[in-house]
Amino acid sequence: MITATVEQKHYLNAEYGLKSWLLTTDHKRIGLLYLGTITFFFLLGGIFATLIRLELLTPPGDLTNSETYNKFFTLHGVIMVFFFLIPSIPATLGNFLIPMMVGARDLAFPKLNLLSWYLLLAGGLLSMWAMFAGGVDTGWTFYTPYSTTYSNTYVIATALGAFIAGFSSILTGLNFIVTIHRMRAPGLTWFRLPLFVWSHYAAALIMVLGTPVLAVTLVLVALERAFRIGIFDPALGGDPVLFQHLFWFYSHPAVYIMVLPGMGVISELVSTFSRRRVFGYGFVAFSSVAIAVYGFLVWGHHMFVSSQSVYASLVFSFLSFFVAIPSAIKVFNWTATLYKGSISYETPMLYAFGFIGLFTMGGLTGLFVATLGVDVHVHDTYFVVAHFHYIMVGGTLMAYLGGLHFWWPKMTGRMYPEGWAKLSALVIFLGFNLTFFPQFLLGYLGMPRRYHAYPDEFQVLHVLSTAGASVLAVGYLIPLVYLVWSLRYGKRATANPFGATGLEWKTSSPPPTYNFDVTPAVTHEAYDYRALAEEETEGVRVG
Amino acid sequence: MAEHIISRKTYTYVFLALLVLTGITTAVAFVDLGALNVVVALAIAVVKMLLVALVFMHVLYSRRLTQITVAGGLMWLAILLVLTMTDFVTRGWLGVPGT
Ligand SMILES: [Cu+2]
Repeated sequence: MITATVEQKHYLNAEYGLKSWLLTTDHKRIGLLYLGTITFFFLLGGIFATLIRLELLTPPGDLTNSETYNKFFTLHGVIMVFFFLIPSIPATLGNFLIPMMVGARDLAFPKLNLLSWYLLLAGGLLSMWAMFAGGVDTGWTFYTPYSTTYSNTYVIATALGAFIAGFSSILTGLNFIVTIHRMRAPGLTWFRLPLFVWSHYAAALIMVLGTPVLAVTLVLVALERAFRIGIFDPALGGDPVLFQHLFWFYSHPAVYIMVLPGMGVISELVSTFSRRRVFGYGFVAFSSVAIAVYGFLVWGHHMFVSSQSVYASLVFSFLSFFVAIPSAIKVFNWTATLYKGSISYETPMLYAFGFIGLFTMGGLTGLFVATLGVDVHVHDTYFVVAHFHYIMVGGTLMAYLGGLHFWWPKMTGRMYPEGWAKLSALVIFLGFNLTFFPQFLLGYLGMPRRYHAYPDEFQVLHVLSTAGASVLAVGYLIPLVYLVWSLRYGKRATANPFGATGLEWKTSSPPPTYNFDVTPAVTHEAYDYRALAEEETEGVRVG
Repeated sequence: MAEHIISRKTYTYVFLALLVLTGITTAVAFVDLGALNVVVALAIAVVKMLLVALVFMHVLYSRRLTQITVAGGLMWLAILLVLTMTDFVTRGWLGVPGT
């Protein structure tokens, strides 16, 4: 092995200056632009989460009045869903890694990729303007008739922000689909692709097929609100439940836009840190596509108490149970991958274990709420809040942080401090459970969501939850500090510090602008650790 | 892949067909067919959509993958409409308020 003493040219030092970033078409630089943007939105959404938890520390509404509290949870939801979770893994890690994983120089449409980032930024700035102008209080779900007729807040501006961000998502999805179809390196067949690529392909399908429906729905809300055109208001000949159908047609699959890329990350992590090919590769690959397709058939499970016909509810409840199958296939296959593997417990693997446990809890409680009778009891309570936070935070965010640590050396050329990283992973896991497990109990006991005051008997559980949120906040701030620190002081990373397979590890860290000096040819299956070992001994012999 | 050239004659015929169908839609609107009015109007709209997509947008002459993509989009629209209708159509079946 050769250790270079002269600073090599790579994508970070190829060009300098603000213009070289704002006008870049390099998917790696755009990935970093996204990383900065969504970190900002995560912190902003986190501030609102903090305010919510502070208000709920005591039973009476003493920190804010109910109107302000409504704005807090709405802004928390809008920012976290549309400006953090949806772009999180695909736009940062996906953007950075998909071209490298398929052995390409860039995405299929590099300029469109840059436009996607500007659209997210424009949507985010518009929603932030609405926030400072007076906020919005409809909940992130924008339910009618409140959003169209009664709310006196900045509904149209906020919805327009989400609308614009939606196009960012559509274009990213389109870019991924075309890249994966057309730009794979010689020898890289569909069934040799890393599972990260498969799961992003499935998520991209949802982005392209689902997001336009959300966009249309938000436009319809704006039209009815501004011009009294009768779409949802019965007095004007509309149907308020139609809004919920259209909204959840996108927003249920949107959960899979958030969690499928996370599942892709976990497949890579579990394989790398147990040194085994993912068990049942084909099943895991197809289960991603199955989740993407099934995901469109179950949206009515959000509407069991909305006056939706009980016959429709029966169909949606029944179909919802089927979505559990492909998710369970993944969990069982990851577990089977560990069997007889040589497991090591580095930071990314800790996050992977966290994901598997928390996602399973989120998924299983999903079956509770998909059951008609049980849902009537827990609907719109903290049980539901806990359930989807186990999926979105326990699932997606754990995968995002695991992936960020795993590919950090590739992205920046620096190692993060392992001790601090392990500590923060542990703090996040404990803080997360302390925050959200009490919410399952609260919801089951009857604490409704979106209320700023509650009876005294719920206080103990609320105090536990708020305490957990403070632990969680510390857990998120530690990586923010040491990752920034590592940019300057971190140990220099080798090309493949974790001994992982996959083409992205075959190029230097950080990679050159066009990723590979020579277009790689693929001659073996994904996760072939024996081939990797042979290549390395070969390398030593030659070098 | 070489671009398929469609003759000017074909374009003209399709254009005329679209005009005729628009005329029929307008004419039918003045005849009272009860619930059938909507059915007829939508059926004509579907035929027009197919003409535009298949000929004007070249789907008829495109690669299989493009055709599957177009069909997939239509299938997703069908999912949206059919599953929404499972609610709308059956709401009155139980004689209880709120079902
Ligand atoms: Cu759902």
